[in-house]
Amino acid sequence: MSTIAAISTAQGEGGIGVIRISGSRSAEIADRVFHSISGKKLRELEGYRALFGHIVNNGEIIDEAVALRFKAPHSFTGEDVVELSCHGGVYLTREVLSAVLSAGASLAEPGEFTKRAYLNGKLDLTEAEAVMDLISAKSRSSARAAMYVKEGTLFKKAQAVKDSLLTTAAHLSAWADYPEEDIPEVSTGAVQSAVADSLDTLEALLATYDMGQAVKEGIDTVLVGRPNAGKSTLMNLLSGRERSIVTAIEGTTRDVIEDTVIVGNVILRLSDTAGIRETDNEIEKIGVDKTLQKLTGAGLVIAVFDCSVPLSDEDIFILEKIKDLPCVAVINKTDLEPQLDTDYITERIQNCVFVSAKNDENTDELRRLIEKLAGTNDFDPSAGIIANERQRTAVQSAVKTLKEAKTALDLGFTMDAVTVSISEAIDHLMELTGEKAGEEIVDRVFHNFCVGK
Amino acid sequence: MSYNAGNYDVAVIGAGHAGIEAALASARLGCRTIIFTINNDAVGNCPCNPSIGGTAKGHLVREIDALGGEMGRTADECFLQSRMLNRGKGPAVHSLRAQIDRRRYADTMKHKLELQENLILRQAEITKLERGDSGEWLLTTGMDALFRAKAVVIATGTYLGGRIYVGEVSYESGPDGIFPARCLGESLKKLGLSLRRFKTGTPARVLRSSIDFTELEVQEGDEPPVPFSYDTENMGDNKVVCHISWTNENTKKIILDNIHRSPLYAGKIDGIGPRYCPSIEDKIVRFAAKERHQLFIEPCGLNTEEMYLQGMSSSLPEEVQIQFYKSIKGLENVEIMRPAYAIEYDCVDPVQMDSTLEFRDFAGLYGAGQFNGSSGYEEAAAQGLIAGINAALKIKGREPFILDRASSYIGTLIDDLVTKGVSDPYRMMTSRSEYRLILRQDNADVRLTPLGRELGLISDSRWERFNKKLQLKNEEYKRIRSKVFSPTDELNEILVSRETSPVTTGVRMIDLLKRPQIDYKCLEKLDADRPKLDSNIFEQVEIEIKYEGYIQKQLEQVERMRKLEKKLLPHEIDYTQISGLRLEAQEKLNKVRPQNIGQASRISGVSPADISVLLIWLRG
Repeated sequence: MSTIAAISTAQGEGGIGVIRISGSRSAEIADRVFHSISGKKLRELEGYRALFGHIVNNGEIIDEAVALRFKAPHSFTGEDVVELSCHGGVYLTREVLSAVLSAGASLAEPGEFTKRAYLNGKLDLTEAEAVMDLISAKSRSSARAAMYVKEGTLFKKAQAVKDSLLTTAAHLSAWADYPEEDIPEVSTGAVQSAVADSLDTLEALLATYDMGQAVKEGIDTVLVGRPNAGKSTLMNLLSGRERSIVTAIEGTTRDVIEDTVIVGNVILRLSDTAGIRETDNEIEKIGVDKTLQKLTGAGLVIAVFDCSVPLSDEDIFILEKIKDLPCVAVINKTDLEPQLDTDYITERIQNCVFVSAKNDENTDELRRLIEKLAGTNDFDPSAGIIANERQRTAVQSAVKTLKEAKTALDLGFTMDAVTVSISEAIDHLMELTGEKAGEEIVDRVFHNFCVGK
Repeated sequence: MSYNAGNYDVAVIGAGHAGIEAALASARLGCRTIIFTINNDAVGNCPCNPSIGGTAKGHLVREIDALGGEMGRTADECFLQSRMLNRGKGPAVHSLRAQIDRRRYADTMKHKLELQENLILRQAEITKLERGDSGEWLLTTGMDALFRAKAVVIATGTYLGGRIYVGEVSYESGPDGIFPARCLGESLKKLGLSLRRFKTGTPARVLRSSIDFTELEVQEGDEPPVPFSYDTENMGDNKVVCHISWTNENTKKIILDNIHRSPLYAGKIDGIGPRYCPSIEDKIVRFAAKERHQLFIEPCGLNTEEMYLQGMSSSLPEEVQIQFYKSIKGLENVEIMRPAYAIEYDCVDPVQMDSTLEFRDFAGLYGAGQFNGSSGYEEAAAQGLIAGINAALKIKGREPFILDRASSYIGTLIDDLVTKGVSDPYRMMTSRSEYRLILRQDNADVRLTPLGRELGLISDSRWERFNKKLQLKNEEYKRIRSKVFSPTDELNEILVSRETSPVTTGVRMIDLLKRPQIDYKCLEKLDADRPKLDSNIFEQVEIEIKYEGYIQKQLEQVERMRKLEKKLLPHEIDYTQISGLRLEAQEKLNKVRPQNIGQASRISGVSPADISVLLIWLRG
């Protein structure tokens, strides 16, 4: 397998950037870019040892760094690994990575370290999945939720459904396979209610997937407001970075600019937009159309109003567009003389907050409202959560087959058609844990029923 | 001094239900075959229940017949009473069972062996099985006769190291007072097979005239009786009835008072008994809350007064048996003719075999039936047929014959045995087949007869009849697709009486049959131009129409499964070298040595994660 490298700390965050190199040639490659002060080579170093030195690219020192050496199989991936810890920052870490890549490593695919760890028997699939989620989890909640998946909250819920379905399936099986034993008749009603209960639980579990996604990947959030209402200032305030160009000239934000912002427990994928006034300007019109498009798909809308000027046609137009969407009205610039008819807004929008973005006043209230609207301020990470696509597919398939069982029951089909769907649903749920349905049902039959000659 | 007794293509050890099918198939495929039995009068013996078929087992018999096996035909010839079980629970679980005349069944089978071309029936105990210098198998008998064979099928049933237990009494024996095979086990161990002990049991046989039937519930056969075999045209009538009685508090007390005398509970039996076939003492101990247990009183034949007490197997001492049998209504004065007993025997772990039932590490050596860890006449016959066919094909240099899970219950049975292994004697059940809506007893011929024909086990006349049937079925399809019923009062009356909605416009017959509430029978009066066809044709057409959606779905699943089955795993993989696999998976895979990814995915202890690793590994 090739030797791979990637930046293994979250980009743009934290004071230290780590470049991980994994594979049999990792030490040799690292030695080409990392020159230790002591003159020692990484490939001569024992495992779990570190060297201090410089990262050198084309004869030029680009950073100071600490190099950590791990020897197979005692590393995260189970392979030989070198980790270069250098000064953080997007630019520097990328420079170091590109030096490592030119020295012979290939760029790791997303999740490739974890995949190798898994292939080398360092992790099982569930762990691997949870770790992958941990890696991408950016906020406290998603980190916690990912932990809980690993500890099996989801499994426990799925297990309970599986258990109830197994009992039903075993009863049906005993009833069909031992027609002459005095097995209590299976009532259609009992099967119907077992199927319905299971469906309810699984569908609730599926709903958590969307919440899980929201926690992990963030909520699509659109920032709207007439030009110069202070959207960009607010966005920068929330994200803590100068991202959009903040000027006092109307219409400077021409494009949809996206950024990821952490608000308490919530990740917002924030789109700062051009205003949505009616305009003749061709370029601005494109921006306005984009904003309108974005609005329809948004999970959250933050509308910003300037309280230092009277309500404009544009503000009314915006209010009309957003009043039925999940939204927060931010009445900005409370530091200035108020001229806005704020009642007009508070009558139409349930969640309003008065802030001064410039002075960072009352922005905590805004954060609280955002969390509330995202439905995550009471988000309980210990509730069963479906954390990824594989698990979701398994539960979804179980739901689908249970619906088939329900249809068969409702239409008055014979039990053999029903049992096939139920066992299939059990099979799907067992995919979560890797057990096999067939044997389980048979075991249950003999455990629960007195059958045989 | 041993003497050379002859050379054969295939030698079959044991002439029970497995051995018979193996020997007949091999001989019919043109191999010189010899079948050994310890006692010629024990050929085709039914040492337990005097019946063939039952849930899922009935499917097996139909499939054996569809492939050209013998069990179904002989059962039809010797039937006493026939019942289609599970009517009303859906076509997938319809199962045929017949009470049979057990002596007549045995005689008929023996005679068929004797009449079979290429086949010799030989009374002899095989004491030694060894490998010859040129790879052939050497079989030595108790008389020191030395037979040579290119392939051997072991079908020793409960005879291999058989030991009977009745209370404190225990002795080496096969069933029904026949000698066990005392030496072969040692020889197999020397060869390198690892053996283990399983156990099974049977109830007492009692004298008919000592039973008071007056207050017992009667169980009649179906009229008209339905045959197992697609060859059987006229079954004749049911000849006997069975009776049902129940145990009571007193039975329970007698058993519990004496439970310490059961060899199982006293720890004398090491063998693992079947869960699905518990003795009455087992039932009473394990299901203590149950007040009573059902038993069936079944005649053993027309020329005997012995009656079989289904549900009452036991290994308690004879005197205790007499006591508790007498506590049961109708049996107050019962005379026991043969006591109930438990029997322990040697068998192998079937994961050592491939789907052909050939041992992976012993070319030309096959196993079938209880020797492979299964239980039941039908399970045995099914394996015997497959082992015999494959032994013959190998000798003839032909491709092996493998039935996958989607083809049949036979395929499911064998796949379960060789990939999952068994922890107690394996019984076929409908719930073991994930494809049960397509693997029905009514369509066994459609599924398997073309394969049987290709093998050379289906006669010209049978093949012709089969094709004729298919043709008639297609014509019937065509007819009901174009047949339209007007929305008459008469029709709507039928629909409403069946609790389904009436129609206001003309409706095609095929669409009416799609409704779960409507069947061929209820439309009979209105369906004036209905042709006179075999009832099985109507049955198949109706099921295929009604369950079309489900059948389609299962066919798609089959397709997916077969894709995985096509991803072959080389035999010589050392799974411990694939580091991504979990330790448990490595061990299981090394033991079972699945032939493909599909099989691997069914091994317990192999997780979906392990399968992904295998898939990645295969691609790498």
